[in-house]
Amino acid sequence: MSAPMDETVPIMRIGDTLLIALQGDLDDSAVVRIEDRLAQEVARVSARGVLIDVSGLTVVDSFIARVLARVVSMIRLLGAQAAVVGISPAVAITLVELGVPMGHLDTALNAEQGMAMLRRLRRDAVRDDDRQIE
Amino acid sequence: MIAKLSDATLSAGSVAVTVAIATEADLIRVRQALRAAAERVGLGLVDSTKLVTAGSELTRNILTYAVGGTGTLHVDEVRAQERSGVRAVFRDRGPGIQDVSAALTDGYSTSGSMGLGLPGSKRLVEDMTIETSAAGTTITVVKWGR
Repeated sequence: MSAPMDETVPIMRIGDTLLIALQGDLDDSAVVRIEDRLAQEVARVSARGVLIDVSGLTVVDSFIARVLARVVSMIRLLGAQAAVVGISPAVAITLVELGVPMGHLDTALNAEQGMAMLRRLRRDAVRDDDRQIE
Repeated sequence: MIAKLSDATLSAGSVAVTVAIATEADLIRVRQALRAAAERVGLGLVDSTKLVTAGSELTRNILTYAVGGTGTLHVDEVRAQERSGVRAVFRDRGPGIQDVSAALTDGYSTSGSMGLGLPGSKRLVEDMTIETSAAGTTITVVKWGR
């Protein structure tokens, strides 16, 4: 029996990007606590990008998927970009059959591609800002 | 050929496990029990993930809708036509599903969720039967190996 792991999930900071790697089996309240911590950390350090690595999750059901989508929206509201990385083929197939809409999430295969995606998203966001100023 | 639940027999020497469902922590116990059964039967990673995910959805349904938020999961191994599978029986003691066909429709929810639990779970397994009355609901799913 594994203990709830959310308190021990570290949020790493690399420059202005935060990285969190979700691991193992998470119950619903653990997922929600991680969501809260992540949003607070983004605001606290004024992060510009967040990488959420789900490759260590053994299951992503509709609840976890919904919270992931919600936390990405929250991060965007806080002025940062977020990418979900490391969805395994088995989890991807399962999510599609389950019918969870994940199309609006920015996803990448692994952390490296995720970092590249965050850089691209931020460039685009800056360009949009410039356009609005003009 | 798709093996039907009605043809299935309990496989000899199979392991049967019962998990009580009462709190959120039981979500994890349910997933572990199903994953262990999937491994014993030799399901591949994709099938195992589908079974565990379906079990997670059905457990959450019990926590959300059942009387007292409690129920049980009974897991065993079945065989039919040279194939092995995992059978998971989720049982609660009411209040029953008012409209089963609506509950099996994507996006239908009486709790503000996405409404994917029941229809989504049905897509993830080969076989799902629902028996429901005011006295309780029994949902049986079977995931067959290839």
